Amino acid sequence: MATASLRPCGDFRTTYRQDTAIFDTRNSRWAMILFLALIYVMVLVPILAPAVEDAPVLGTLFAPFVNAQYLSLAIQVCYWGIAALGLNILVGFTGQISLGHAAFFGIGAFASAYLNNTYGIPVIVTIPLAGLVAAAVGLLFGSPAARIKGLYLAIATLAAQFIIEDLFIRMDWFTGGSYGSLANSVELFGFAFDTDQKFFLFALTLTILLYIMAANLMRSRDGRAFVAVRDHYLSAEVMGINLTKYRILSFGISSFYAGIGGALYGHYLGFVSAEGFTILLSIQFLGIIIIGGLGSVMGAMLGTIFMVLLPVVMDGSVGLLASTEWGNTPMITNGLAFFKEMAIGAAIILFLIFEPDGLAHRWRLIKAYWKLYPFSY
Amino acid sequence: MDLFIQLLINGIIVGTLYGVVAMCFVLIYKSTQVVNFAQGEFLLIGAWICWTILVQFQIPFVFGFLITLAFMAALGMFIQMVVLRPMIGEPIISVIMVTIGLSIFTRALSNWLFGQSTVGFPDVFGVNAISIGGLQVQPAYLMSFVISLVIMAGFFYFFKYSRHGLAMRATAFNQQVAQSLGISVKQVFAMAWAISAMVSALAGVVVGMVNGVSSALSFIGIKVFPAVILGGLDSIIGAVVGGLIVGVLENMAEYVDGQFLHWGNMLTIAPFWVLIIILVVKPYGLFGTKDIERV
Repeated sequence: MATASLRPCGDFRTTYRQDTAIFDTRNSRWAMILFLALIYVMVLVPILAPAVEDAPVLGTLFAPFVNAQYLSLAIQVCYWGIAALGLNILVGFTGQISLGHAAFFGIGAFASAYLNNTYGIPVIVTIPLAGLVAAAVGLLFGSPAARIKGLYLAIATLAAQFIIEDLFIRMDWFTGGSYGSLANSVELFGFAFDTDQKFFLFALTLTILLYIMAANLMRSRDGRAFVAVRDHYLSAEVMGINLTKYRILSFGISSFYAGIGGALYGHYLGFVSAEGFTILLSIQFLGIIIIGGLGSVMGAMLGTIFMVLLPVVMDGSVGLLASTEWGNTPMITNGLAFFKEMAIGAAIILFLIFEPDGLAHRWRLIKAYWKLYPFSY
Repeated sequence: MDLFIQLLINGIIVGTLYGVVAMCFVLIYKSTQVVNFAQGEFLLIGAWICWTILVQFQIPFVFGFLITLAFMAALGMFIQMVVLRPMIGEPIISVIMVTIGLSIFTRALSNWLFGQSTVGFPDVFGVNAISIGGLQVQPAYLMSFVISLVIMAGFFYFFKYSRHGLAMRATAFNQQVAQSLGISVKQVFAMAWAISAMVSALAGVVVGMVNGVSSALSFIGIKVFPAVILGGLDSIIGAVVGGLIVGVLENMAEYVDGQFLHWGNMLTIAPFWVLIIILVVKPYGLFGTKDIERV
């Protein structure tokens, strides 16, 4: 949770405006804008001019951006990233532990599909509505947070996870029961985001929007109140912060993000089933924010990328292992699913022991190193 | 009516088992301030190790069981030293997450090594169902009930009269004071984990004998939460009482559901509803000490 930025000495902030800026320097802001613009261009060009894929040099350049596997991973980063950011607002910024985030993710997915299928509301509207539905349920299940905190809250949200998971099967008018429900693809002014490329652009836009919203929330009055509640709730209360309000509000906002992430997930897959929202997913979300860095907006994104790539890396390394002489046993080739799970558990443990501040902290260290290179002192 | 009594007896027997596991959980929480989300995995590992020794290596039950206990004690200490010791002084989220990570890791590991299907334990006693008051009771159930009672009595004796038990209680009461009185807190921590792992493994073996060994065993570790919250997180007696209540309650929910409501799945879900209600109404449980915060 170290938020002290690593500026060179003598470089002070002299105005509140500077102090609350999202990006430390102008260069880092432009670098981020350029990076995102580059992604947009690289994905947009093959959509508008498919011929570019077959062009001799450009084809190899654009190949990763039309690759189906890479695109689906990128979309997964988007919807998980949104949900993980919500959890980071709750856990990292407000200091409340939730073990039921996957349930709210699921509520978003089902709500969006239900509103679209039953009332014919366009998907582009149902996605934010799903966020609101999830937020409402989050406020309900977060209301114990008014009285309990820390460990007790963790156990309460664990119970909420199991209860909501059970309700997904039970409330078949809403979720389609154990069969699940279908979800249509996104459409905007007659333009359908039906391919992976187009959907990625949509998801990326939504992700950027929600990340900017979160970054701005954190430098507002409410955001500072969240941090105050986390750091010392008694002092916060003494200073006039309404603890109950902010604790429950934080649950609402976090569930809102989870709901939008879930809705995006549902409309991407085209099918929502209750099996997708187990406690394991909740733990993965918590793992994401721990690996990325608690209390860091960028950390949520870094952690998501790590968590999405982890199974891919495990896939590759097991494939590599299976190609060797002694590794080619059924024990190893059939154990892939277990290795992936073990990798999640091991990553959480190792990060907590060796890098408790997460990837966001490591990223800052790397930046500071290069800023001072070669005269680091 | 027969079904009602049968379920009631089931509830009491399962409840005592929950009570035992809940005691192990409370033991760790009380003495080391760690919430162990991997408690269920101790049951799982213990049962699988014992099963492997009995079936694969054909070692008599008594020795196999002792080897299992020794292994679990070592494992408990190892986990405490390697994983939990760096977590001392970290925020509660880190401590919770490290045990959750441990739980995922060990469950996946044991699923990989031993498979996911349910395997029966070899028949150790060779007695068929015993009739008590006209009801057929499996000897394994009866044995699990007796073993649970013995464990509870053992815990009582250990904490009340033994030197180590007193040291543990002192540590739980106040670590700094205990340390200044010459108690090795490190040793107490390691011992708490070792005892907890051993007793959990014992419970795992008992459940394995009754229902067979499978990854479902680790779910008992989750079922323990309603029990400990009901009893109060830091009360050993509360854990036993809470376990009993949860065991009876879930079987009663099953009865009511099967007879009148027909909602299904109440056996699993009813304790969690109760858990939420308790947390809202009486967060510190029946016997737990209320935190009084002074500024």
